[in-house]
Amino acid sequence: MDALRPMTEADLVDIIAAAVADRVPLAPTGQGTKAGIGRPVQHPRLELGGLGGVTLYEPEELVVSVRAGTPVDDVVALLAAKNQELAFEPPRWRTPDGRASRGTIGGLVAANLSGPRRFKAGAVRDHILGVKGVSGRAEAFKAGGRVVKNVTGYDLARGLAGSWGTLAVLTEVTFKVLPKAETEMTLAVAGLGFARAVEALAGVLHLSVDVSSAAHLPAAGAEGSFAEEARTLLRLEGFAASVQARAEVVARHLSGFGPVERLEAEASGQIWADIRDLGAGLAVGEALWRVSIPPAAAAAFADRLAGLEPRRMAFDWSGGLVWLRLDGALPDLGADVIRAAIAATGGGHATLISGPAEARGRIAVFEPQPPPLAALSRRLKDQFDPAGILNPGRMWAGV
Amino acid sequence: MTLVQMPVPDAATLAHRDEIIAGLGRILPKSRMVVDERGLKPWESDALTAYAQLPLVVVLPETTEEVSRILAFCHAHDVKVVPRGAGTSLSGGALPLADGVLMSMMRFNRILDIDFANRAVVAQPGVTNLGLTRAVEHRGFYYAPDPSSQLACSIGGNVAENSGGVHSLKYGLTTNNVLGLEMVLMTGEVVRLGGKHLDSDGYDLLALMTGSEGLLAVITEVTVRILKAPETARAVLVAFSSSDNAADAVADIIAAGIIPGGMEMMDHPAINAAEDFVHVGYPRDAEALLIVELDGPPVEVDDLIARVEAIVKARGAVDCRISTSDAERLAFWAGRKAAFPAVGRISPDYLCMDGTIPRKAISEVLRRMRELSADYGLRVANVFHAGDGNLHPLILYDANKPGELERAEAFGADILRLCVAVGGVLTGEHGVGVEKRDLMGTMFNEVDLAHQMRVKCAFDAKQLLNPGKMFPELHRCAELGRMRVHAGQLRFPDLPRF
Ligand SMILES: Cc1cc2nc3c(=O)[nH]c(=O)nc-3n(C[C@H](O)[C@H](O)[C@H](O)COP(=O)(O)OP(=O)(O)OC[C@H]3O[C@@H](n4cnc5c(N)ncnc54)[C@H](O)[C@@H]3O)c2cc1C
Repeated sequence: MDALRPMTEADLVDIIAAAVADRVPLAPTGQGTKAGIGRPVQHPRLELGGLGGVTLYEPEELVVSVRAGTPVDDVVALLAAKNQELAFEPPRWRTPDGRASRGTIGGLVAANLSGPRRFKAGAVRDHILGVKGVSGRAEAFKAGGRVVKNVTGYDLARGLAGSWGTLAVLTEVTFKVLPKAETEMTLAVAGLGFARAVEALAGVLHLSVDVSSAAHLPAAGAEGSFAEEARTLLRLEGFAASVQARAEVVARHLSGFGPVERLEAEASGQIWADIRDLGAGLAVGEALWRVSIPPAAAAAFADRLAGLEPRRMAFDWSGGLVWLRLDGALPDLGADVIRAAIAATGGGHATLISGPAEARGRIAVFEPQPPPLAALSRRLKDQFDPAGILNPGRMWAGV
Repeated sequence: MTLVQMPVPDAATLAHRDEIIAGLGRILPKSRMVVDERGLKPWESDALTAYAQLPLVVVLPETTEEVSRILAFCHAHDVKVVPRGAGTSLSGGALPLADGVLMSMMRFNRILDIDFANRAVVAQPGVTNLGLTRAVEHRGFYYAPDPSSQLACSIGGNVAENSGGVHSLKYGLTTNNVLGLEMVLMTGEVVRLGGKHLDSDGYDLLALMTGSEGLLAVITEVTVRILKAPETARAVLVAFSSSDNAADAVADIIAAGIIPGGMEMMDHPAINAAEDFVHVGYPRDAEALLIVELDGPPVEVDDLIARVEAIVKARGAVDCRISTSDAERLAFWAGRKAAFPAVGRISPDYLCMDGTIPRKAISEVLRRMRELSADYGLRVANVFHAGDGNLHPLILYDANKPGELERAEAFGADILRLCVAVGGVLTGEHGVGVEKRDLMGTMFNEVDLAHQMRVKCAFDAKQLLNPGKMFPELHRCAELGRMRVHAGQLRFPDLPRF
């Protein structure tokens, strides 16, 4: 079957009904920027680009409703014109074949992948107020609303974030938006090793300075986009006077670790955009892991990876998010070593963001779940998609 | 009992009460069970006291193992279970069932781990909300969501209700501050979600659990994020001669890119009730009072205070006081924090409503509420989280006057319908429970509700955990599971294919 392209919600209901009747699995797809994530599936694409457009934007209410096929860039531009933003900093990744990012809102929510400010401002899911969608039962439903405080029923709107199109096809998402900060500044120290860097980052969290992003970029290899030397970065955002005052406090703290460099607004914005998009643009033959761990475990976690000889590592979220680039020829792409390191240093999860398709079919792309949790996930899938037509096998084999 | 009817108790369960108690007695010592009628009496209500029901039996487990065994036992014998924290729910979420075991989680009262390096605290669910902050404040940290009931309510109850507080405007609700849970399913299976790391990989069951009102699983451990307290906080107390002006000022502050630590509003009746109670010098003749708190480094707070002052003056504020000390800031808050008990003094009974509306609708909804108040012949006082449009109209009534409770409930239902009609929702933080159960249809159609109930079916297929709450009708999971897709009716063959 070729790709299907619904132009209305009614089309979508019909397509899913037909797929249920014929037991044809579908792969809901925005622009395919994340098609390389997850277990490889060969289902016909259900292209959602036709379901685009902003249905409501009330800047003074800090709310925007967007159809799922709308490119994230368009929404970002619309909000920027009113000096507002999606505070979780949506990453803008390219497609696996290198085309520029035109990733959609639906894909953003389905993947729940957030940028550096997630550390302070929350993830994609934290900014979702409501959704509309069609489940694998070919029924259109809504959940949530358009106001920030809402506990009317289960929080299904947030609950669908990160479900990779396996429970329902989203048609519209309502987000809370926030005013952009007046300005930002990044303070950087060069040349720190892991342990010292984690110490520098952790210490700042004990000061009342409201850091909005905190990262450590170890020294890069020759082909890296980052400087030769390791850099430890802390970002402050807000009203100008406040940023200045807090920068003094942070600089004093960091001066114990080395000379402190200040990146003013533009340079600061650029470096965090680069960090935000670390998941993009991977060399062929490499594997990329995204690992979430307790931030203070970062150095201990890194120590346990020595045998893998990572080509590149980067630590965002004050150490809580680790990007790991490995040789794509490793038999299990390092899965066992990485997951053992997570288990030994305080828990978390590793997701394979990119790697050869053959390997993605063999190893667990998402963190394996203990039996009662896996069974619960499967029951949820069966409730929303009893015929198993929405992206079956994308997250877990047979689910 | 008034408008909302609870499901008819199961006769077989009632008939087997002795055997059920004996079975539970093999899991728990007698000292941690309540079986006699006098002992059961204090458990008959939560804070929605208009509803009362003696439970079948009360159990007080202390370990996850005990919770697991009790649930497995009840699952095997088809006995319903109602989890209960501190019993401060305002929506009847912890209302007992005549044929149900009431499981109090308040023996789970220990903080298990304070991890400053990871900015996380692991606590048992019976620890109070304020208990979390108390445990970390010596190092300048706090737990951000601060419901007014924080001295009493449990963190387990907060997760179950997705509670908010004054500071949620800037720092989020419970759902934005919980990192992990341990929970026990009705089958007795123990499941852990999240931990000290961020985000879930796999379905976001943490999101579904937060606000699940005790219907999905019993929470036995909670990991929360703690924050470093801001360096300073100052408050502005502003009086207006019209609530329209106050509402406009709220909108202007947000539009100026300012997200205050808290932004609360009170109307004329609430101002006076509070002033009578705490005597902090609220302007009695004001129609509306706004409290705006700014927090952060001193330079930022000073800067923002000046901006807020300019905005409220431009909107015709008749009085604007700026706190110059922490004592003064707390005095500004004292009346707001005591608003519920203050209203309790001027009326024998009151119902506390909890709708949320878009901010722009505040003055319209307040005006309609005054009309409804005249129609129903019942007074209403308003205190609310203006920054996020979360209203708490307090409807004053006297339960001893025949028909007044029913009138108050009808008035409340009209207010909530009004909230939905202007683009808002039935409940912002108190939960659906029994109170708003039968109004769910004003916000959700049958298909919407069926999808929510299917979440329930994934967690609790026998529907034994806290039934009769949240959903207006109980549908069997088998019935909800049936697919109603008919290939004959499809428009699909005409669709363009690429
Ligand atoms: C004076 C007053 C002021 C209040 N102010 C606010 C406020 O500002 N903001 C706000 O959001 N709320 C407020 N509330 C409401 C109430 O305090 C909150 O809903 C609170 O979170 C309930 O916690 P609890 O421990 O008392 O739970 P309970 O009332 O005992 O239970 C509430 C619900 O949670 C479930 N539950 C409890 N513990 C568990 C568990 N361990 N596992 C699974 N389910 C469980 C119960 O089944 C029930 O459905 C107020 C209440 C009062 C009386």
